[in-house]
This record gives sequence, C-alpha cells and structure tokens, in this order.
Amino acid sequence: MSETPSTLRQLASQLRQRLVSPRELLDDAYAHIESTEPRLHAYLTLTRELAERQADDAERRLRDGDPSPLCGIPIALKDVLCVEGSETTAGSKILAGYRPPYTATAVERLFAAGAVCVGKTNCDEFAMGSSNENSAYGPVGNPWDVERVPGGSSGGSAATVAAGSVTCSLGSDTGGSIRQPAALCGVVGFKPTYGRVSRYGLIAFASSLDQIGPLTRSVEDCATVFSVIAGHDERDSTSSTAPVEDPLPGLDAGVRGLRVGVPDEYFAQGLEQGVRSRVEDAMRELERLGAELVRVSLPSSDYALATYYIIAPAECSSNLARYDGVRFGMREQRPSLLDMYMTTRDHGFGPEVKRRIMLGTYALSSGYYDAYYRKAQKVRTVIAREFARVFEDVDALVAPTSPSVAFPMGDRSDPLSMYLCDVITIPANLAGLPAISVPCGFVDDLPVGLQIIAPRFQDARVFRVAHAYERATEWHRVASPLAPAA
Amino acid sequence: MTQAVATGSATAARGFEPVIGLEVHAQLLTRSKMFCACSADYAGKQPNDNTCPVCLGHPGVLPVINRRAVEFTVRTALALDCEIASFTKFDRKNYFYPDLPKGYQISQYDLPLSRDGHLEFQLDGALVRCGITRVHLEEDTGTMHHEGDVLQRATSSLVDLNRSGVPLMEIVGEPDLRSPEAAREYLIRLRQILVYIGVNDGNLEKGSFRCDANVSLRPAGTESLGTKVEVKNMNSFRAVHRALEYEVQRQAGVLAAGGALAQETRGWVEAEGRTVSQRSKEYAHDYRYFPEPDLPPLQLDEAFVERVRSELPELPEARRLRFQSQYGLKPYDASVLTATREEADAYEELVAAGVPAKLAANWQMVEVAALANELRVTLAQSGLGVKGLAELLTLLDAGTINGPTAKELLAELYLGGGDPGAIVSARGLAQVSDESELAALVEAAIAENEAAVADLRAGKEKALARLVGHVMKATQGKANSQLVNKLLRERLGG
Repeated sequence: MSETPSTLRQLASQLRQRLVSPRELLDDAYAHIESTEPRLHAYLTLTRELAERQADDAERRLRDGDPSPLCGIPIALKDVLCVEGSETTAGSKILAGYRPPYTATAVERLFAAGAVCVGKTNCDEFAMGSSNENSAYGPVGNPWDVERVPGGSSGGSAATVAAGSVTCSLGSDTGGSIRQPAALCGVVGFKPTYGRVSRYGLIAFASSLDQIGPLTRSVEDCATVFSVIAGHDERDSTSSTAPVEDPLPGLDAGVRGLRVGVPDEYFAQGLEQGVRSRVEDAMRELERLGAELVRVSLPSSDYALATYYIIAPAECSSNLARYDGVRFGMREQRPSLLDMYMTTRDHGFGPEVKRRIMLGTYALSSGYYDAYYRKAQKVRTVIAREFARVFEDVDALVAPTSPSVAFPMGDRSDPLSMYLCDVITIPANLAGLPAISVPCGFVDDLPVGLQIIAPRFQDARVFRVAHAYERATEWHRVASPLAPAA
Repeated sequence: MTQAVATGSATAARGFEPVIGLEVHAQLLTRSKMFCACSADYAGKQPNDNTCPVCLGHPGVLPVINRRAVEFTVRTALALDCEIASFTKFDRKNYFYPDLPKGYQISQYDLPLSRDGHLEFQLDGALVRCGITRVHLEEDTGTMHHEGDVLQRATSSLVDLNRSGVPLMEIVGEPDLRSPEAAREYLIRLRQILVYIGVNDGNLEKGSFRCDANVSLRPAGTESLGTKVEVKNMNSFRAVHRALEYEVQRQAGVLAAGGALAQETRGWVEAEGRTVSQRSKEYAHDYRYFPEPDLPPLQLDEAFVERVRSELPELPEARRLRFQSQYGLKPYDASVLTATREEADAYEELVAAGVPAKLAANWQMVEVAALANELRVTLAQSGLGVKGLAELLTLLDAGTINGPTAKELLAELYLGGGDPGAIVSARGLAQVSDESELAALVEAAIAENEAAVADLRAGKEKALARLVGHVMKATQGKANSQLVNKLLRERLGG
C-alpha cells in the first residue's frame, strides 16, 4: 500500500505557502483521473473549462490573501448536483445532455469559497441504489478492488476521494448514500441534520430524506467543507434558520465523559462477523479514550427499512414525474402524447427507478394511501421519538455503517438483498439525524466503516466524536492501491 | 321579471329540482408567482419569457411560498365568513399533462387555509344563502396552443409556461344553488367581492376568474342527491347561465325518459349551445395526493389573521345597505353605486365634499355613467376627477350655474380637466338669478308670444315652456329656470 494521500488541509497549506498553485493541483488531479478512470469510471463528466477558470480565479484570490480553506482546492460533485451549463444527468439516460440553467446552493457556496470543480461523479440513477450498478452509464470500481462495488449511490464521489484524485467530493444521502460508499471505500462521509444544508439544486430523489454532504479523507476536512455548505437558504423552505454551530473550534474536545449508546438492533441484522469485530474494536477504542459505552435499544428499527421503502418511493414517484420528454432531457417522439410519455419514460428510466416509481405510485393510490403511506409516516414518527428518548440518556450512538464490506459486482441481483445494505443507515434519514462514517479497519484488505449518530442539529458533536476516534487510530492514513504516490 | 320567468322554466324541468354547486378558480393579483420570483402578470409577454427554473419545473428546484398570496386568500376567506385554519399545509396533486411542468400541482387537500363560509345575496326579492365549503391556495398551470382547431384533431401542440405558477385561489361552493339564475347571481356577487377586496381582476374571458359547475337533478320536494355532472368551459356569466339551463334540460330529458345519467365531465360548446361529454368516471384521475415535502406546514397566528381582518374593506352588500339608510337611496340606486369599490368611493367622496346625496347619485348614475361608458374612462381616471365633479355639482347645488351649463361643463372637462369655478367666472357662465333683470325679460317674452299666453290661459300648461324657452334664449341659457317659472306664473296668475 502506498503512502498516505494528502488531505484538503495539507493542500490548503501548500497553496498558501505558494508551494503549489491551483493550476498545478488541477493538472495533478486530471492526470490522476486519466490514469485511474479506465478502471474506476468514477466520473460522468469532466468540467475542464470550468475548472481552469476557477483555478485561475483561485490563483488571483490566493495572491490577494484569500483566507478560505477551500480556495484552489480541486473537488468533485455527484452528478445529482446542478451546475449551470455543465451536463448533469443524475446517472440517468433520461437526462442525457441536460445542462441546468442554474447552480445548486451548496455548490455555489463551495465555488464562492474558491473550490475548483474537476467534474461530475458517477452515481446510481437518481441516487437509487447501494452499489452504483444502477448507473445508466456503467458501474464504478472500488479503488481497493476494482472488481468490487464502491457502494452507492454516491459511489463515484467515494471512489474518487479514495483513489486520491481529489481530497473532497459532495454526495447526497437519502438512506445511506454518502455513508455506505464512504465505508466501502475507506473514506469519511457525513450526512448532515435534515435541513442543515440547502437542497436547492439537488436533483430530488425523496425530498423529506435527501441531504447533501461531503466525502473526504479526514474528519477535519469533512467538518471544514460542511461549515462552508451549511446554513439557511431562502430558496429551500425546509432548510433551518437556526444558526450553524461551527464544528472546527470544538473538534479536539475529545470524548471523555461522553455517554455513547450502542443500539442492540444495529448489531443484529445480517452483520458480517469481520465488520462486527472491527466495529467492536472501535468501540473499545472510544472507551479507552474516556467515553462511557451504554447499551441501548431502538426497538422499532426493524420497521425502518419497510418504512423507508414506502416513503422514499412515494416521494420519488412524484419527484420523477417531471421527466416527461416535454421540456428537457430525452424525448422519444411519437404520434400521440400518451405514447410519447410512455415510450420516453420506458426507454429513459432504468429498472430500479421504474421499480421504485411503481412502488411509490401504488403506495399513494386511492384506497392504499392509509395502509401504506400514512402508516409509514406514523412509524417514522415512532422511530424519531425512540431516538429522541435514547438521546435523553446518551450523547451519541455508534454502530456499523454497512453490514458488509464491498461485495463483488453482480453479487446482489435480488433487490431486497441490495436494500438490506442500508438497514443501519436508513434510521438516521427517517429521523433527520446527523451521522458520519469513518474508517475503522479492514477485513481482507477491504475497508470497514464506523457510524456515529447524534441528535438533530448536533452535527458538531458527530465531528467531535469522529475526530477523537480518528486521531487515536491510523486507518484513515491507509491509502488505496490506486492512490498517487505522495 | 324576466328572471322570474326563467327560474320558472328551470324548476319546471319536468318536476325536477336542479342542485348546483360552483367551483371558482381566481388568479391572485400578487406581484410575483406562487412559488418563485417571476411576475404574476404574464399579459403580453413572449411565450415562455415569464419563466425561471422553478416555474419551468427544472430538476432540483424548490418552491418558496408567496406570503402575499396567503394573505390574499385569508382576506377572501374572511370576506366569505370562513373559518381560518391555524394549521394548514400544501399537498401535491399528481397527474401528467404538458402544461404542468412538475407532473404535479402544488395545491391543498385535507387541510385547506379555510373552510365553512357562506355568501348571501338577493334573488327575485328572496335571500339566497350559499355555503362555501372551502377556500384554498394552489398554483396555475401553463397554457397549450394546439395546431388545429381542437385537441382531438391537433397535429402538434406548443406549451407556454408564462402562466405556470401564478397564484390561484380555489373557492368551492356548497351545492346550495337551485337554478341557473341563482348560479349566475352567486358568481356575479362572488366576483364583485373578489374585485372589491383587491385580490382578483374578475376577468372571465381572459380566464383570471374561472368557473366549473356540478349539476344534478332530484325530484322536486325531495332531499336526495342525483348523479352529478361536472360542466366546464364556461367563460362568461351568460355562458354559465346558458350551459346550466342546457344541462338542466338535458338531464331532465334523460330522467323523464326513464334513463340514467352518467357521472361525467361535460364541456360547454358555446358555438353549438350544448354540453358534450369529455371524460367519464371510469377514466377519472387518481391524483395520489400527499403532503408536499418541500414545504413545511404553514402556521397562521391569530395576530396575522386579525390584522388581515382589520384591513378588510366594507363589503358590497353591507355598503349597499348602508347607502340606503345613510343617504336615503333607493335599493336599485344603492346597488348601482356600490357595484364597484371605485364607484362607491367616488360617491362617498362627492357627498363628503358637500354635494347633496340625491344630486350626487343622479349625476353619477346618469351623466357620469353615460360619459364613462362612451369614453371608456372611469370618473376616477378622468381629467375632471371626483374632486372636479364635486366642485361642479357644488356650483350647481348653490345655484351658481344651472343644470344645462353643468352638463356642458361636465362633457367639456371630463377628459381634459380644469377648475370648474374658475371657468364659470372667466366665461361668465353664472346663472342669471337677478329678479328684476329676469322680470324685464319675462315681460318681453309675454309681449312677444301672445299665442303662447293665450294657450296657457286656456289651460294648455305646455305653453309655459315656450315662454321659459324665450327667456333662456335671451340669456344664452344662463337664466335660473325655476325663478323664470315662478315669475311667469305670478305674472300670468297661473
């Protein structure tokens, strides 16, 4: 294994000392992407022109003493994030060639901070999947073993950070789509509290669950990017107006005296033995650092997956109705309107997207709404209340991120076995909680992720616990076989 | 009287009583659209020019509630005596159509902004009270332009999304109306209120005020409800009346022949004067309503509702009754003078300026109305203005000028404007009221019109006018005609 790849913080420091220029960093990134893309396929679009312009801007800003830690830093964006004028497909054929007329708020904030966008990363179609095999443009390889999946749906975003092409990417997490690929690729991935980061410009999968978050190689980098993208946006009415607590000042506060809950239910469902022991090692490490581990129970967790697979498809069935061939993206021209609609959507959407549209349409249908959607919303409330009750007693929760390590491509053709990948990440989405995945070891040279969950709007506490663990361990320093020599 | 006859024809629909409920969609006069910053006024714009990523339904966009639209809806609901919900939310109504860019309309389903109101109005001397089920807020769709005359035969269609996202208020009425006349009157009153409170421009032809009707029949004297037919495509009060008349007769015909009605949607075809079936119940949409996850529920606090209530203007019906009692106006005059807020405000301004109530009413309803109609300029918009008219009528009332002079000045100054008092003195238009001056002219008139004097003495009262006319002519129309009358009668002992 090669040397520790750089972090965002290290690059920022080199830029500030004029040891390297934004243009040089960008060239390095593209050179590395070029050498790894044939095996990884982490990108759908490279935004060279935009990146060069941004790098030159950053160069000027650095000369003028710009203090932003992101100024001149190459980043990658999941292809569900709109960038004005750059092709944005959400991994779907139906949006082939679509160039948004506007830029997502979170992306705008990164650009305003001087970040340099190298490209749009591959993902499961409309962020629906846990292996990236649902991308209409082909799967992504895992940098630790390119025959295996990187996880999903932010697979490209996780893989490119793990491969060392960029130090930071943005993903989106609806049921684990940042944390699970972060775990499978051995990087840090954070899903903020629902409402903490604006969703404006994020191509919606399930509006009440979606959040944008960063993937990085260190907890500190993750907190740095989070603090740039977080905060109220008047264009997103579900974004919170509560002030954002800057996670950086308290990052080193440690875990001594914190009560950390271990939910019984998260260690039950089909958890691989190797993953269990790595996570248990991590828990002992936290204990050694002064945290008090407390067994807790979240009894409704068993219903989380079923609840999620009612609510998310219901919202997606409505959110994806706009892809009708009328205004943008693909159109299959036909003599009648109905025929045009049906053929466009039949040819434009992949099987998993169609499956979820059908599930959601059914769940919202007259006569079934009460039995499915309304019931699921009630269970969702119960799950959120259980978390709230447990958080009266503990400060944070720890759990595995994924029940398994990266699995071989094509291994999980049965949708239900694929859905089970997210069984431990989904509850945090249903309850709107902040949660992170940090590297906590390996099983057969494949990374394992530790998940840390905190109460709503305690995003800073998630970083604090994760940082304490990371500082005491070396897992995040282990580079993937595809990482560049430092 | 014509209305009474028409009502008779409808209720005499072979022993059936019509049951009619109206749904009105009214565009709100807000500056911006319901969920984005685009202008809500799309008139005269190039197709698809009045749009942004939000109202075009681009991937990733989110709606933001227009607070002014909420306020306008609450204002309307209060004017219709509705209860305002303290907790309300938006829902998605899902269906596919090219004029609906998101594939769903943001509307309100089970928790509307308001419910349980009513609208009262007079019809043929009786009070009609129609319940208002609910008033809620939603967004308008775009518009379609079909190549070919109708959709069914169109070879291609173009979509214009300038209207997409304009705030739209839906006012659902209870099925409390019992005749096409009652339905038309309900609509006229509802439109009047919306225009009065400044939330809608009341334009049926342009579709900023639209109406659908649900019509069923039941045997007269029973309380059962028959099969309901929805009638669409009516874009004038006359069309509503004709369509409902037609539909009532059609349904009565089917039922009288022992047939059964289909639950369906029918469209009014103005040119053919009939309704045609558009969609039957089997093809009814399942809209799959669910709460809009992009918008948090709306909590309307009491202070907000009370503020809107306190700013509500006096409504037309209340104002009409007040005009009758306060100004001693006849019911018809009061209703004409309160037909629009502008009209009623002008009237009250005249009276406040000292013009006697009857005089102001007569002039506003006859002379001013004729000019406004002829020139297509309202009094408030005219050069003369309400102030100028008040001054003119004050001169008339004080006897400074006479009626004919006032009429001439009104016609002259209506568009161009000017100070009536100054013009009267500059041109010497003041009325001649000097008794000795007029007495001399009366003498001359008598001397020069022997025939008229003889006629008058023979009891032909009309002859007096010829003598008055003589005096008027001698003063270039400025003589005080009342005084001339008096002097003539004294002189001739009439």
